[in-house]
Amino acid sequence: MAVDKNMRILIVDDYKTMLRIIRNLLKQLGFNNIDEAIDGSSALAMLRSGNTYGLVISDWNMEPMTGLQLLREVRADAHLKALPFIMVTAESKTENVIAAKEAGVSNYIVKPFNAETLKTKMSSVLGDF
Amino acid sequence: MNQDDAEIALQKRLDLIRAARGNSVPLDDVAEVVRAILDTMSGEISSNELRVYNELEALAVIIRKTKQEIADIRPDEIKDDFLPTAADELDAIVQSTETAANTILDAVESIEAVIPNCDAAVAEAITNATMQIYEGCNFQDLTGQRISKVVNTLKLIETRVNGLVSAFGAEIEEVLRNRPEGEAVAAAPETPVREDADLLNGPQHPESASSQDEIDRLLASLG
Repeated sequence: MAVDKNMRILIVDDYKTMLRIIRNLLKQLGFNNIDEAIDGSSALAMLRSGNTYGLVISDWNMEPMTGLQLLREVRADAHLKALPFIMVTAESKTENVIAAKEAGVSNYIVKPFNAETLKTKMSSVLGDF
Repeated sequence: MNQDDAEIALQKRLDLIRAARGNSVPLDDVAEVVRAILDTMSGEISSNELRVYNELEALAVIIRKTKQEIADIRPDEIKDDFLPTAADELDAIVQSTETAANTILDAVESIEAVIPNCDAAVAEAITNATMQIYEGCNFQDLTGQRISKVVNTLKLIETRVNGLVSAFGAEIEEVLRNRPEGEAVAAAPETPVREDADLLNGPQHPESASSQDEIDRLLASLG
């Protein structure tokens, strides 16, 4: 099944520059329906606002709610638990990857990353595009 | 007083202080205990008692010397001037890199805006180049995170220095008395504890960081 490039994607990062970079990379990959949040709490509010999202791409290290906490909230929410969730983070230790996996992450990208990695991980989660 | 009595007396005094003040005992209190024990060791003393006496005296000398050395490094100055200045400089670096990254992104977005006016081959070449620029701009995020780690280390040092300033005796107080009025010693700000705080390590050094391939293998092994 083809990936719907009009799907609404939520990107979450406390660095506005990083949000801008990911947004532009997504646009170059053909995805234009993009929302942004600067921490886990505001992301969770947006996810619960009634909009239907097809993918979350989230940083880990944010305040007050981290990306891992956001992921746990998403997986614990009956309406959101199946939502594809990709962690994009500088946290590259084994225990981080294990914690994210145990929390139900769909895929994991370590910063700094390139567009090809982003595309590959999105494809593994959403299907080829 | 013989050696055993001296050790028991010393232990009793130290236990009393520890019960009252925990493990963070000001050196002045320890010095006072040493003085008190020395005072009790008057009259004829045995060779064992003399050894204890000498050790206590040596301890008193070390305490005096340590107090003077700590006073000499001016912990109040480190706390009030050096650490805040270092933190300000690091904040300025983060701000500069953010400004630079956004300037680059502004320029790239302007270039992208003219892509529709280009033929296919040129458009593809520009798109590939701009994508590489976006990838390169990752540096700003990583720089910011690395600097945040350094700032957190500075805060830890500040807490330790605060402890020195609080715990020390007359030498530090004299230094503090010479400070301008109104500059009270402030407690270190409390940092909120997050449930995954032990996992927030920030960027690793290149030689120890896991690559994307290693992370992919780890993820796959986890099922």
